[in-house]
Amino acid sequence: MQKYTLNAALAALCLGLVLLAQFNVIDQYTQTVLMFMGINIIFASSLNIVNGYMGEFSCGHAGFMCVGAYVSSVLSVVLFTSNKLVGDALLPPELAPMLFPVVLIVAGLVSSVFGLLVALPSFRTRGDYLAIITIAANYIVISVIENLDIIGGPRGFHGMKRVINGMRDMVDIPWMFIWVILGTLFSVWLLRRLVNSTYGKGISAVCQDEVAAEIMSVDTNHVKLVAFMVSSGLAGVAGALYAHVYGYVNPQAFNILKSTEGLVMVYLGGMASLSGSVMAAILFTLLLESLRFVIPGLDAALHAVNLLPAGYELSQVWKWVLIPLILILLMQFRPEGIMGNRELSGVFPKLRRFYTFK
Amino acid sequence: MPLLEMKGVTQRFGGLQAVSDFNISLEERKLIALIGPNGAGKTTVFNLISGFYQPTEGQIIFDGQPTAGLRPHQVTARGIARTFQNIRLWHEMSVLDNIRIAQHHRLGYTIWDAFLRTGRFTRSEGNIDAIAWEMLEAMDLKDAAHELPRNLPYGLQRRVEIARAMSIRPKLLLLDEPAAGLNSADVDGLIKLIRWIHDEFDIAIWMIEHQMKVVMSLCEWIKVIDFGSTIAEGTPEEIQSNPVVIKAYLGDDTI
Repeated sequence: MQKYTLNAALAALCLGLVLLAQFNVIDQYTQTVLMFMGINIIFASSLNIVNGYMGEFSCGHAGFMCVGAYVSSVLSVVLFTSNKLVGDALLPPELAPMLFPVVLIVAGLVSSVFGLLVALPSFRTRGDYLAIITIAANYIVISVIENLDIIGGPRGFHGMKRVINGMRDMVDIPWMFIWVILGTLFSVWLLRRLVNSTYGKGISAVCQDEVAAEIMSVDTNHVKLVAFMVSSGLAGVAGALYAHVYGYVNPQAFNILKSTEGLVMVYLGGMASLSGSVMAAILFTLLLESLRFVIPGLDAALHAVNLLPAGYELSQVWKWVLIPLILILLMQFRPEGIMGNRELSGVFPKLRRFYTFK
Repeated sequence: MPLLEMKGVTQRFGGLQAVSDFNISLEERKLIALIGPNGAGKTTVFNLISGFYQPTEGQIIFDGQPTAGLRPHQVTARGIARTFQNIRLWHEMSVLDNIRIAQHHRLGYTIWDAFLRTGRFTRSEGNIDAIAWEMLEAMDLKDAAHELPRNLPYGLQRRVEIARAMSIRPKLLLLDEPAAGLNSADVDGLIKLIRWIHDEFDIAIWMIEHQMKVVMSLCEWIKVIDFGSTIAEGTPEEIQSNPVVIKAYLGDDTI
């Protein structure tokens, strides 16, 4: 009985959201915010595998998101629309709704291969040194794409809107909204199954004592490889969804600032806590969105009381003062994050009566 | 055929000869000890056996096959389990999980089975659960199953570490100073436990130990090393009266 309650509740919630979107009860803007929530959930919870469960410090997670975004964008544009790269669409556009999940999966697989960029050095390096390698990996990805003129280089790549609009022309339902929901559910489900298996618990064993893990028959190199590849693969899925929600990708959207957003979410939610990452991703998205209104409001208020010089305007750039500030305050006052190493059912054991999630 | 054979094993770290020309032939079901002053190279010998270091020279043969080139987890899977001088449990996971994770060598499923929860996955996890609970029961740790190791008293942590090593079902158990940091009541319990494990599971045990009470009451054979070289070996009685050993431990009386 408890086995199905959570699944049923989630299914009801998602179906409800899709229906609300379909009948325009929730407007386009709210839908977009909800979609970014989903993407951030995937981004944060996949990063948590490396930073939380495995205890490494990856600060180049956005690099893998970038790979996923570009691979999926190029694929869907080349496959389903006429384009500058190869001319006519390679496949009939009618297949787009059916093949879009395949595009997502391919993006994830390619990103997970790029995860090797970090996974292989991790066999010999740990901690600070590996952190530097992850930053390097982030920059390698961005620089390579900026120098690939065929996919737009630093100008970015677009055309994904046409794919989505093509889907909408066939069946008028909120396609991207559905894909993001499915992608989010899939990712969290996958991670949950991974970390709850004896296999996946080897990841935490590597974190807590790598020497003991190796001596106690855990193939630590293999476990690290799997952890990095799953993590970067799902980041790729997040990137693929991101690209199709925006309809436009630009390499600089996935620079170190984006990686920092991921870190803020992971540390806000709590290390090695999937429910923490999910909650933090939701909170963080809401916070970022609210800044869009809060900053102009603050600007007006400060000008009204003559605290700011007349020519100066508080811009959205201040977001990048506030987000790192959150990180500093978090590390000072609650370094373990919202959930701190525990899951929701660990904080509220009574919840176990209502659901199990495995 | 001996269970473990080490022939002329030498380990050099740069200019330092940590272990030189180490030879041993350990039969099945033996209970022996390796003793020596601090820094003699005892733990290095264990690290060589468990595959943590590859010997500079010499050969290690376990169960008829050389272990050269194997990584530690592969050596463990062959049947050598060990504990550590300073307890190395995974302190943020329950005692039960500590034992479960030590079953990685018998997982027998891939990550895809874990994602899809296939029959192979369910069977393997069930099997691992059964093994873990059986070991907790045998080692009298059932009540502690859901505790975090760091919340347990030190003596019990030792017991968990030994239980974790034993759950691998090794043919050879290496104990690196099992009595370190235990009070005298715990030491008596440990002696009983080791004797019980030796009888119950019918395995060979090789320990490094400083407490002579433990060594003398348990071991049939003792090897003494100093500065990486074997200086004496024999039965406990022989070792106790060996002048070379006494000199190594107490130093020359000519000051």
